[in-house]
Amino acid sequence: MLQIKNLHASVGGKAILNGLDLTLPKGEVHAIMGPNGSGKSTLAFLLAGREGYEVTAGGVTYEGRDLLAMAPEERAREGLFLAFQYPIEIPGVPTASFLKTAVNAVRKARGLPQYDAVEFLKILKAKRDFLGIGDDMLRRALNVGFSGGEKKRAEVLQMLLLEPRLAVLDETDSGLDIDALRIVAEGINALRSPDRAILLITHYQRLLDYVVPDRVHVLTGGRIERSGGKELAQELERQGYVGTAA
Amino acid sequence: MTATAAIRHKPFPYVERFAALAASLPGAGHPNVVALRQAAAEQARRAGLPTQRVEPWKYTSLNRLLETDFEPASSAARPAANDAAGWTVPGSYRLVFVNGRLAGGRSAAGLPDGVTLTTLADALARGDDDWATGAASSGHPFVALNTAFLTDGLVLRVARGVKVAQPIHLLFLGSGEAGASAIHTRLVIRLEPGAGIDVIERHAASGAGVYWSNPVCDIRLSEGARLGHAKFIDEGAEAMHIAVTGVEVAADAAYDSFVLTTGGALARNEIRVTLDGERAGCRLDGLYLGRDRQHIDNTTETIHAQPMTTSTETYKGVLEGKARAVFQGRIVVRPDAQKSDGRQLNKTLLLSDRAEIDTKPELEIHADDVKCSHGAAIGEIDADALFYLRARGIGAEEGTRMLVEAFAAELIDGIADKSVASLARGRLAAWLAGSAPGGTA
Repeated sequence: MLQIKNLHASVGGKAILNGLDLTLPKGEVHAIMGPNGSGKSTLAFLLAGREGYEVTAGGVTYEGRDLLAMAPEERAREGLFLAFQYPIEIPGVPTASFLKTAVNAVRKARGLPQYDAVEFLKILKAKRDFLGIGDDMLRRALNVGFSGGEKKRAEVLQMLLLEPRLAVLDETDSGLDIDALRIVAEGINALRSPDRAILLITHYQRLLDYVVPDRVHVLTGGRIERSGGKELAQELERQGYVGTAA
Repeated sequence: MTATAAIRHKPFPYVERFAALAASLPGAGHPNVVALRQAAAEQARRAGLPTQRVEPWKYTSLNRLLETDFEPASSAARPAANDAAGWTVPGSYRLVFVNGRLAGGRSAAGLPDGVTLTTLADALARGDDDWATGAASSGHPFVALNTAFLTDGLVLRVARGVKVAQPIHLLFLGSGEAGASAIHTRLVIRLEPGAGIDVIERHAASGAGVYWSNPVCDIRLSEGARLGHAKFIDEGAEAMHIAVTGVEVAADAAYDSFVLTTGGALARNEIRVTLDGERAGCRLDGLYLGRDRQHIDNTTETIHAQPMTTSTETYKGVLEGKARAVFQGRIVVRPDAQKSDGRQLNKTLLLSDRAEIDTKPELEIHADDVKCSHGAAIGEIDADALFYLRARGIGAEEGTRMLVEAFAAELIDGIADKSVASLARGRLAAWLAGSAPGGTA
């Protein structure tokens, strides 16, 4: 589904990714762990199409297509979803109408009929109840005045509504208390399926107690230094990132 | 005329048409009206039009007006059937003026006792001249032009304590199809103590071509009166709209203004408010949406003349293409106006590198115990916000539209009058959809 080959990228002339290789097959959940500054968020933003990154070598293919040549909205319509580490607050845009616009934009691109207001509310209700998101939150402007946990749950709600084929979650576990973490993990697990892939980017292994990954990769200095099974996460938790370099 | 004066003012040839026209203007049989008009024409002739060397006109050029050979608008024009299509104010009492003259009926059926509507054509025909004595009667060149050439308009009076639920809806339509035409209307509003009413004023095109609308609005609010005044400037693509509104607000009275400008090649809306009694207040809000080569100028002046007066002002704009906007907001606090509170904010979103805003807030404070603030911000679409929307599958164009709508809607959401808010939302949506300014849409 996703193939990253020898990816080199820099921001403002500073090299951040230095030959990153990663293959994420359909149906699998992979975790990328790494210390601060290792390039985790750069990788997430590059995959989603944010401007400001210069790819100096290598490339990314998604479902056989050159991902980096696609506009951000095209990537989203083709099934890529990034849960932001810091969701953007957008005053004046009500959350509920944003969700409907996004879902219908993606459905339109996939050749599916548009939801009308009533249909959409029905779908929305089922998913938001599951995540413990209230009506008041949906009436507020997008992410404005949301607590850290509410923002993360809103990201997961968006993910469930957009039904991505490849979900990239950038530190979705950070800043969550244990109850919120469980809810978010349940949301992610609900998405797991044989024709989807999930990339969990995280600093800590605690999310991986709830969403068990097929593979764990360690990112340091802008490249994958080590890969292993789920037990690698526990090892990192005990020993830290120091000394994990192969 | 000295060399300096020649630079600061230019003669306006249109004024010379007055001599030939005077005998056919309404009220020509009444010496008092004739004298009033003649004095105004003389004043306009002497003043000419200000050039950009005159401070209040620094950012707005009147060359286009000077260079056009205007005819006073013909009375023959009638509104087309679709002129008001898609633009209705439920439950309102409506009057339509076409090229400066009332079109259609004028019955006051349905209006409560205590509300008097007189057309200015009728007032002039019977020799009234009290319409010329209010807040807008200063030495302003465009007020003088209006007094000299005035054809019609409305005098609205609301008697003491009468609160009118039904808004008065005035539609001013202009057309330059028969050649460049000049339109001179006046709206006079007098609210007696404790009276309250809402007026919705819309200026739009009923036909193509160049026309110049020269409306004057003169408002006097007595003690405890309240006026909601919404103005929509949706003039045609080639039209010029240069308006002067003067407002006197007595003690405990409130003037609540909202101006939405989407149309006109050149639109200048000037509002001058004097808070002339204790606890008098005003709220001046505006939204300007410009594209192509439009020039939109909002110039306001609020004078706090008495203690404990309050004013709040928020003007927001969105400009694309080569559009240019001007915001000049002056707050004056006179020595006696202790414990007054004046707040002003101007925010503009520029969607293109070639769009331009000149913003000039001015505070002139002569009292020591006052609260005053002003701020101006100019920005572009937030790149992070747009990326977030695009990352959810929303296209760049639609995402931009959502962010612009959010920016503008913040102001519209603050409008208390539901019908005004809904009209404003409609105009905003039409603008966002890219429809041409003005016209009959």
